[in-house]
Amino acid sequence: MHTSSGSSSSERASAQRPPPMRPALLLTLVSVLVASCLALAAPSAARSQPATPDLILATTTSTQDSGLLDVVVPQFEGQSGYRVKTIAVGTGQVLRLGERGEADVLLVHAPEEERTWMANGHGTDRRLVMHNDFVVIGPGNDPAVVQAADSAADAMTRIALSGAPFVSRGDNSGTNILEKKLWAQAGIDPVGQSWYQEVGHGMGATLTIANDKQAYTLTDRGTLLTRENIDLGVLAESFPSFLNVYSVMVVNPEKGSQINVEGARAFADFIVAPETQAAIGTYGVERFGQPLFVPDAGRTEAELGIS
Amino acid sequence: MDLILDGLIRALTLLARGDPELLRVSWLSLQVSGTATLLCLLVGMPLGTILALARFPGRSIVLALVNTGMGLPPVVVGLVVSIMLWRTGPLGQLRLLYTPTAMVIAQFALALPIVVGLTVAAIQQLHPKLRLQIVALGASRVQLIWLLLREARLPLFAATMAGFGAVISEVGASIMVGGNITGQTRVLTTATILEVSKGEFASAMAFSLVLLALVYGVNAGLTWMQQRNRPL
Repeated sequence: MHTSSGSSSSERASAQRPPPMRPALLLTLVSVLVASCLALAAPSAARSQPATPDLILATTTSTQDSGLLDVVVPQFEGQSGYRVKTIAVGTGQVLRLGERGEADVLLVHAPEEERTWMANGHGTDRRLVMHNDFVVIGPGNDPAVVQAADSAADAMTRIALSGAPFVSRGDNSGTNILEKKLWAQAGIDPVGQSWYQEVGHGMGATLTIANDKQAYTLTDRGTLLTRENIDLGVLAESFPSFLNVYSVMVVNPEKGSQINVEGARAFADFIVAPETQAAIGTYGVERFGQPLFVPDAGRTEAELGIS
Repeated sequence: MDLILDGLIRALTLLARGDPELLRVSWLSLQVSGTATLLCLLVGMPLGTILALARFPGRSIVLALVNTGMGLPPVVVGLVVSIMLWRTGPLGQLRLLYTPTAMVIAQFALALPIVVGLTVAAIQQLHPKLRLQIVALGASRVQLIWLLLREARLPLFAATMAGFGAVISEVGASIMVGGNITGQTRVLTTATILEVSKGEFASAMAFSLVLLALVYGVNAGLTWMQQRNRPL
């Protein structure tokens, strides 16, 4: 009795109120979103089916910012059926991810660190892929007279002595690692100096900042070539230590139970295969008038003069 | 200024062409943030109602925590979720890192405190006697929560919009747990970051403008639903 009177008065109450959001509408909304959530969870079907289709490629921002990966990775996915998860971060982070087994295959550019990394047993395979070079760029009037430098270290010394602003990646990337090495060669500790600015960004963003501040910076030529509207000139180039060599490394499968070593090997084989190397050698010609990278597969470090 | 105009023109060109990348990225933004917001509503509204009504020791501490969570930094959430989902992390076996599902999880964690906190406030501003009356009329607990939520729907729509707005616009968590992978986990905010780092400012503006339009569209829809049955 009591309950029935209660429910009827609540019915009456709701009849006097404006109608609530229609349950049907709510239900449709819910089901659409749940369905889309399920669709998200299901991986899309690959062409041929490798045992473990997901492959994590950890690489540097320069390969992504240059656009090269947008050409190479889809080709690999189409041929092999792997689904590549490309994580573009600084080389320091790439090496750490590989060390922890959080990535399967690495594409990086810090030869000395790579050799240590391999010597420590973090990887099973390292092969040269390509190179371009680093350059020091700066404002056209060149207040530090970097153009007269006779070595990479000399260029850095000139910048430090002039006190002209220098923008550093400051992110432990391959470029940043080389830059620190050059400062060390010049016997200069730039950290904390008023002219030295660490921005903590990838190469592309760092170029924008250096341009804005009309500062000197160290950049790889590939990323620089992809940029229009950079009003900074190449002031130092072609020194031996400016060579920028990229290698592919397969993470040691003992680093974790989930490492996709077959996929990693397949990617490493793919990136040094003749067709891929040819594609690397011509990438950028159409858009920037010259290739951004020189293919290096099969060469040794000694041939490149970096061992 | 010319960049904003360039961006606008570029956005319209891409939209007119039905650029597949732009559509894919926009759709994924909507899917991820929509799913996260919806899950937040399903969990957060009942939780908020219970928190608003229940009296237990330490309640104010819990409420303060919820309110602190309303300002949770996305990068912190991104880092914690990443570490949990790493292959070597406690949930590594699920293989969720760098997937849209991981982004939903991170965004859920970001928006939940907002929905819970605003629900608590919405329920508590109802007249206290309303609850007594509903109980006196013999409603069950579930019926009570439903009726109270319905009564508070104006501020609850606001909570929905706040939650959705927070997650669709965040970038720190999405880029960390999603990895900004082309065709897989790239959403409007992370695409914008990438275009900026490439120096493609017009494309970046185009993505931003589409994001703004999308957020406006969703909120316009929610506002319409909110205002349609507005009690006078």
